Order: sequence, then C-alpha cells, then structure tokens
Amino acid sequence: MKFNLPPKGARKDYFKKVFFGSNEKRGVVMSIVVYVLLITIAFIYLYPVLYMFSRSLMSSKDLLDSSAKWIPSSITGQNYRDAIATLDYWNSLWKNVQIAVIPTILQVFVCSMVGYGFARYKFPGKTLWMGILILSFLLPSQTIDMPNYLLFQNLKMMDGSLKPFIFLAAVGQGFKSTLCILIFFNFHRQVPQSLIEAAEIDGADHFKAYFQIAIPLSMAAIVCVTLFSLVWYWNETYLVRTYLGYGHTRAKGLTTLMIELQKFEDSYNVTFDARASSVTSTNKLNDAIKMAGTMLSIAPLLLLYLVLQKQFVESVDRAGITGE
Amino acid sequence: MATKAPKNPHDKHPLSKRVLREWLHGYLFLLPWIFGVSVFFVYAMVRSLIFSFTDVQIGGEAGLTITALANPWQNYIDVFTTEVNFPITLGSFALSLVLQLPIIISFSLIIALLLNSKIKARGLFRMIFFLPVIIATGPVMNMLTAQGVASVPMMADMTSLLGALPQFLLDPLTDLFNNLIVILWNAGIQILIFLSGLQKVSKTLYEAAKIDGASGWESFWKITLPIVKPMILLNSIYTVVTLATGGTNEIIELIYTVTNAPTKGYEYGMAMSWIYTLIIGVILVIVFLLFKEKSDKKVVYEKRRVTLR
Repeated sequence: MKFNLPPKGARKDYFKKVFFGSNEKRGVVMSIVVYVLLITIAFIYLYPVLYMFSRSLMSSKDLLDSSAKWIPSSITGQNYRDAIATLDYWNSLWKNVQIAVIPTILQVFVCSMVGYGFARYKFPGKTLWMGILILSFLLPSQTIDMPNYLLFQNLKMMDGSLKPFIFLAAVGQGFKSTLCILIFFNFHRQVPQSLIEAAEIDGADHFKAYFQIAIPLSMAAIVCVTLFSLVWYWNETYLVRTYLGYGHTRAKGLTTLMIELQKFEDSYNVTFDARASSVTSTNKLNDAIKMAGTMLSIAPLLLLYLVLQKQFVESVDRAGITGE
Repeated sequence: MATKAPKNPHDKHPLSKRVLREWLHGYLFLLPWIFGVSVFFVYAMVRSLIFSFTDVQIGGEAGLTITALANPWQNYIDVFTTEVNFPITLGSFALSLVLQLPIIISFSLIIALLLNSKIKARGLFRMIFFLPVIIATGPVMNMLTAQGVASVPMMADMTSLLGALPQFLLDPLTDLFNNLIVILWNAGIQILIFLSGLQKVSKTLYEAAKIDGASGWESFWKITLPIVKPMILLNSIYTVVTLATGGTNEIIELIYTVTNAPTKGYEYGMAMSWIYTLIIGVILVIVFLLFKEKSDKKVVYEKRRVTLR
C-alpha cells in the first residue's frame, strides 16, 4: 500500500478525516464500530446453531468434560446413527415431504388466482370479502380449528390421510393461505392494468389473459409464496396434530420431523428399550443425541436455504410484501 | 366476444355488458376461496361462538348435542375460576408480548440501519439474520432452550443487576434476558422489511441535510425515522400476529390440551380462544393507535393499509 501523505501542516486534519470521517466519507473508527456490531450480532444469531452442531458430534465422555466445551476431542457419528433410528428418519422425511409439497402446490395455484381476482376486478361486495380476508388473517386459528375438525369428521375425511390438508388448500384455507393471497394481491396490483386489458381487448378471454400474461409477470411472487409455503408446511405441528393425527401410530399415520422431534425422548426410550433401562449412564439418552436429532430435523430446510438463499431473501423484497 | 372499441372498463355505464362481465369474472376468480372462507372460516367462527356459550356433548360417531346453559356466560366464568392456569398464562403472555415488541422492533431497525450502511459482505450478513425464519420452530426452540443456548452467555450476569425491582416486573425481565436469542430470532422478516424501506430513501435527501449542517444523528431523527414510521406499524402488527399464533406460544398449547381433554373440552377451549382473540385484538388496536399516521396523510395511509393486509 502506498501512502500519499499531505504536507506536514495539513497532516493533523488528514488523520482526523481518515479516522473519524467527514461529511463525505465515514471514518475508519465508525467503520470498525459497524463491523464489530454486525459480527457480534451475527455470532449471537449463529450461536445456537454452532452449539448444536458441535454438541451433536461429541461422545458422551466429551459432554461431561468441561474442557471440551466447543471442539469435540474426537468426532463420533454414533449420535447421528441413534437419532436417525429414533426419528425413523427416512420414513418421516418422506411423509414430511408429502405434507409440505402437495398442499403447497394447490395453495400457490389457488391463492394466486384469488389475489389476482381481488387486484384486477371491481365487483359488488368486494369490500365485504376484503374485510373477511383481513379478519381471517388476524384471528388466531385456534378459534376455528375445532369446528373444522368436527366438520371433517362428519365428512368422513379424518382417516389419517392428507385429505383435510388437500381440501383446505384447494379452497384457499390452507396454512397461512391468507398471507399468500395478500402477497399475490399486492403484487398484481402493481402490474400495469393496461397490459392485461390490451390482451382482453385483443380477444383473449379473461382466463387466457391471466394464464398467459399475469402469471409470467408474477413469477417473483410465485417463487416467494412457494418457498415460504414449503417452509411453513414443513414446520407446522399444530394443524398436523389436529387434522392428520388420527392414526397417530407411526406406521400408518402421517407425521413430520418436527412432531417426531417433539416426542424424541419417548421414541428414544421405545427404540432403545434395553439401553434406556440399563443402569450405566453412558448409553442413556444424552444431550448430544438430542442435538443430533434437532440438527437432522432442520437439515433439509437448512440445505434448501443454503442453495436458494438468494431467492428466499430477494423474493421478500421483490414480491412487494414490504409495500410500495 | 371482444368489444371492438377500446372502452374504459371503469366506465360507469350502468350494467353494461362489459361491467357485468367484470363482476362475473371477479367472482369466478374468487370462487374457490369464497366457498372455502364461507365454510371453514365464517361458518366455523359462528359455530365456535355458539359452542363457547353452550354445553357441548360429543357422543359416538360425530353425534353432537348442544344444550343451552342456564347462564350463557358460564363457560367464560369457569375459565377464570376453575382453570387456574389460564389467567396466569394469559397475563404473562400479554406482558411478555408487550415487552418483546419494542425489543424486536428497535433491534431489527438497528440491524437494518447497519446493513444499509456501506459495508462489504452485506449478502452474507443478511443471510445469517434471515436464517431463523427458516429453522426456528416450536420443537427446535424447545430443544435449544432446554440446552440453555437460548440466552447469550454474558446476559446471566446482567440479570443480577436487576435485583432491586419488584417481583412482578423482575420475572418477565429475567425471562427476557434468558431468552434473548429466541427473541432476536423472531426479527428476521422485520429486518428485511426495514432494510427494503431504507433502501428506497433517496440519497439526495441526506446530502441536502448535510449541506444545511445537520449531523448524522439529526438526519436519523428528522429523515430516517419519519420515513420508516409506517414500516414500524407494519412490522409491529406482523410481530404481534406471528407471536400470537407462533409455535412456542404457551396459550396455544393450553388451548390445545383443554380442547382435547376427555371431559368438558370443546366449550372451554372455545371460550378460552375467544378471550385470547379479544386480548390480541386489544393489543393490535393499541399498536395501531400508537403508530398510525396523522389524518392529513390519509392517501399515503390508505396505500400503506393495503400493504398490511
């Protein structure tokens, strides 16, 4: 690096400028403060994940050894093997994928249409429906879950299959559907009406205009809603327990990794019956196995996020959730 | 069927063919949702209200008998008198919500401001701050809290400084410090909303202020904050709604347990959830009144309100 120092007389001013900044440029001191703050906060954010990861690789001996707080003395894969057995991992993963993917596809399709309908058309009663839409966003779903559960029972749909979820998503009442509709509504409102009207005048009917013009224009919103909908369904436990929990035994009913994680301790005791009842503490369920289980259950989403992080973060921006 | 002359579709020609077609298509696009919301929201809401004022017996295959109560408010009274846990949990939840809200909002604003300054690797930092939105769920958080990693190590010492406070304030505050990471983990979306708001602020505004001799501090209070204010409202409402329906919420757990209890479940659970809804509604109204814009900015406000939906 080459230093071009100003003549002696002006040096004091020059250093002041470099370190403390001026009206035009931020000084070095200020930059350091910003970076230190950001790195500290980033560390606080990552701390639980790092802790989880390092713990999950520790042997039970390391857990008790306070000198190995962060770095395991030897890396063991046993915790992961135990956790995979406890979670019944591959089976649960496959079921979780079904629970997340199928309703998401329906939800995106329906919510996009409804959001477009609200944004594009004027019709009598629109204010009323809009009011109901907002009310359904604000009301905690606990007030309506039980009556809906009873309704599905009357319709004989509560057989432990995915039917209630599919049905709800198909009529725009899936998990966080309202938020999805609002995102699409917001997005389609910003698309110039003239584009769509021109197509309609040219002879395309309204549905053609929607599929051929509005949908390609709203790809950003579609990416956003699809990704978030996948994450929401993946992480959902309350509704899964309410609507799909009928055949709660693992072999038959549908389950998610989150639900399996919730009952990790019980499952462990069942899976490793002999070990749990044995007196030697080394084989008992320890924190390392629990952390391995937690790590495994977030691993698919973590992977998805690492690959698509740009789409995740930017779609929030571009889909206009933030409002224009 | 296309009309030949390019007419304005919003032409107020009463019930022309064109207008009728608009109406029809509006409803066609909304049709699945209108069916869904009528059955699974409006009808369900009415039923849930009725349940909460009656005595519900569930017998056999979907056999449902609803008997009127001598005192229609009996369930609501019982919730407070016999379910000892409910008022306590509700109170502590409302208090922690009120305490968490300003922390989440101010913290996400600070992070957004830091990210908005000229820094390298903004994408990486943004990715880290957004990570919890993807992975923070009820079961994961419970696992982490049980491990004691939900609190920043140094924070434990901080709590000892608060010893002089009265008990009813001390408990939620220690709770706050012990769960600081959990609280910060809830700020992911809010950071992005603030950040994208800040990036839309024209640089010339700050330059003009500088020429007039304003310091960075003054620019923050006089330029940044007023511009960000509607986003504070948006973020506050978003925060309240997500916290109120989120997975680590004790009240929701309680309602779930009570509703599924073998005896006298449904009407209790419904009464509870309506009380809960009322409390959330009150908090939302307070938040709204605190951060709403003055009436002379009505047009802007209308625009923002749409965003909120």
